[in-house]
Amino acid sequence: MSEKKKLTDSPVWITMISISFGLIFGAIILLIIGYNPLTAFTVILKGIFSKPKYISWTVIYATPIILTGLSVAFAFKTGLFNIGAEGQYIVGAITAALAGYFISLPPILHIPLVLILSIGAGAFWGSISGYLKAKYEVNEVISTIMLNWVALYLNNFIVLHDKVKREGSEATNKVLDSAQLIFANTWKTSEAGISWRKVHPFFGDILRTPANGGFLIAVGAAIVVLIILNKTTLGYSLKAVGINREAAEFGGINVPSNIVSAMAISGGLAGLAGAVQVLGFTREASALAASEGYGFEGITVALIGANNPIGCVLAGLLYGAMKYGGSKIQPAIGAPYEIISIIMGMIVLFISMPKLIKTLKLKKKEDK
Amino acid sequence: MILQSIAFILGTTLMYATPLIYTSLGGTISENSGVVNIGLEGIMFMGAFIGAAVGFYTHSGWIGFLAAGVVGGLFGLLHAVACITFTADQVVSGIAINFLGPGFALLLCRLTFDGAAMTVPLPLDEKISRPLNGLFEQNSFFDMIFNRYSTVYLAFILVFLMWFLLYKTRLGLRIRAVGEHPEAAATLGINVYKIRYFSVIMSGVLSGFGGAAMSIAIVSQFRVTLISGQGFIALAAMIFGRWKPQGAMWACLLFGLANGIVIFMPRTGLDISSQLLSMLPYVLTLILLVVFVGKAIAPSADGEIYEKH
Repeated sequence: MSEKKKLTDSPVWITMISISFGLIFGAIILLIIGYNPLTAFTVILKGIFSKPKYISWTVIYATPIILTGLSVAFAFKTGLFNIGAEGQYIVGAITAALAGYFISLPPILHIPLVLILSIGAGAFWGSISGYLKAKYEVNEVISTIMLNWVALYLNNFIVLHDKVKREGSEATNKVLDSAQLIFANTWKTSEAGISWRKVHPFFGDILRTPANGGFLIAVGAAIVVLIILNKTTLGYSLKAVGINREAAEFGGINVPSNIVSAMAISGGLAGLAGAVQVLGFTREASALAASEGYGFEGITVALIGANNPIGCVLAGLLYGAMKYGGSKIQPAIGAPYEIISIIMGMIVLFISMPKLIKTLKLKKKEDK
Repeated sequence: MILQSIAFILGTTLMYATPLIYTSLGGTISENSGVVNIGLEGIMFMGAFIGAAVGFYTHSGWIGFLAAGVVGGLFGLLHAVACITFTADQVVSGIAINFLGPGFALLLCRLTFDGAAMTVPLPLDEKISRPLNGLFEQNSFFDMIFNRYSTVYLAFILVFLMWFLLYKTRLGLRIRAVGEHPEAAATLGINVYKIRYFSVIMSGVLSGFGGAAMSIAIVSQFRVTLISGQGFIALAAMIFGRWKPQGAMWACLLFGLANGIVIFMPRTGLDISSQLLSMLPYVLTLILLVVFVGKAIAPSADGEIYEKH
């Protein structure tokens, strides 16, 4: 009995219930606006799983938001709310686009160098907020919001600069082949590649997409975060500050320097997200009219993933799948794509209310 | 010429500060009662759509404006139910609203405007009125500053009303008491839940107004990129203004002024990158926060869950 109770109160259980409620709510909305939810969900599921290349696209969609999700989750764990993953992502992306084009090195050095530079840029951007909080007690929510905008305009300034801009576009030059992360990018269109793809339909189909190493990097980052949080002194003190600042201080932990480190690591993860997106998918940074939303989607990923690194990977895949699969309902049956935002929003809303879910459960028991 | 320039900048300042003022007042009342509302952005987005759509179909900007307030209030209610009744994490619930607002706005927009992600523009004479139009000579100094849509004046009236409500009435005292120390307020017989419900719903109404002030006064239609971050800037303005209506107003005016300067600069012929210039208000806010404000003091129970024992 007691064990069963534990299971149904666990965050995983609440997440599962919330996801189902979100989907049910989405179905009801679809029904109200005159679409068959079963058809819609079938289209989404087929759009995700029915071909190898669809699965590959799902993973490509998931990659950046897994990393921004990790970024937000890491900050949450240390008691900070990083709304600034958006801006840290942007500085990571522009850094990658510049370092990927202007530096030339063999791939084995070029890729790690670009990744490190982008992580550094994101970490720097995040640590500004950390420093302002530690030194001047400026609320990190407000400073990260401000820095998101500064990052956006800085990005546009750099991208549109004469020496950076690609002729006839509002984007940078494509990163060099030595920096890109796309699997077999040149080989797959060569003669040998094309004939190999014919013999191996599964992998051949995947290679039609810009399948890339980004997902592996994201999973690697999740493992690193897991280790930092659970196996290192740094992680221990960061979490201690997150749980109770005063107690941590009393226990001899240097709180201000911990806040700066936490925001730097969080920003570094978001910067890595930007790098991976540029090196693995877009191969360029573009001028932005508004933020792309990876930071905010990262907040959702962190929440659905219960701030657990592995949870973030799974939640990122879920979100990526909904984004990619959901993009197919409009052409297929005409249902508005925005239903996906509504479903994701409802999932987050239910996750925020464990009390509601527990209340419903109690009611059910009483009914029996 | 210099006077003209100043008038242009001040006029633009008023125009751009207005939507921010409504929304930051919404943030102010909610957070004074102890409920963080980070969903202002999403509610503003919804308000912008409802204002433009209802305005278009009823041929009246004012009905659109009010409808935006009502729907904003409903989103406020949703936030209130989640945070107050079901003790949700307020930030998380706000994030959810930031997905739901744009989601529903665009969904409804596609359904009511033939699949388009923008509404049909309102004709000029169906927009919110400009009560002082014709009072001053056209394009004179005062005309350029003060000949504005009614929403602009209404915003400043609301700043005063909000100040009066919070600091001069019993209800305001209760709102602040609940935000500072809900347990103590409860022992004095104040219904914490009721006060918070009222405040959070009001924050939705005001954010809805903020969105509509954007879509039916500054421009004449709703489109996807119309609200991109104003809700967050309003939130920042509220914090910057130290959770006070008048403080929030000054912060919004500062953002408006920066916007005015950005728009004005190209006219001067000076070769300053508009991108760098656009950064200015945000950098300035950070600097001002460090130099002048220091520790921003939120209501003590801001963001804390209250449960009756």
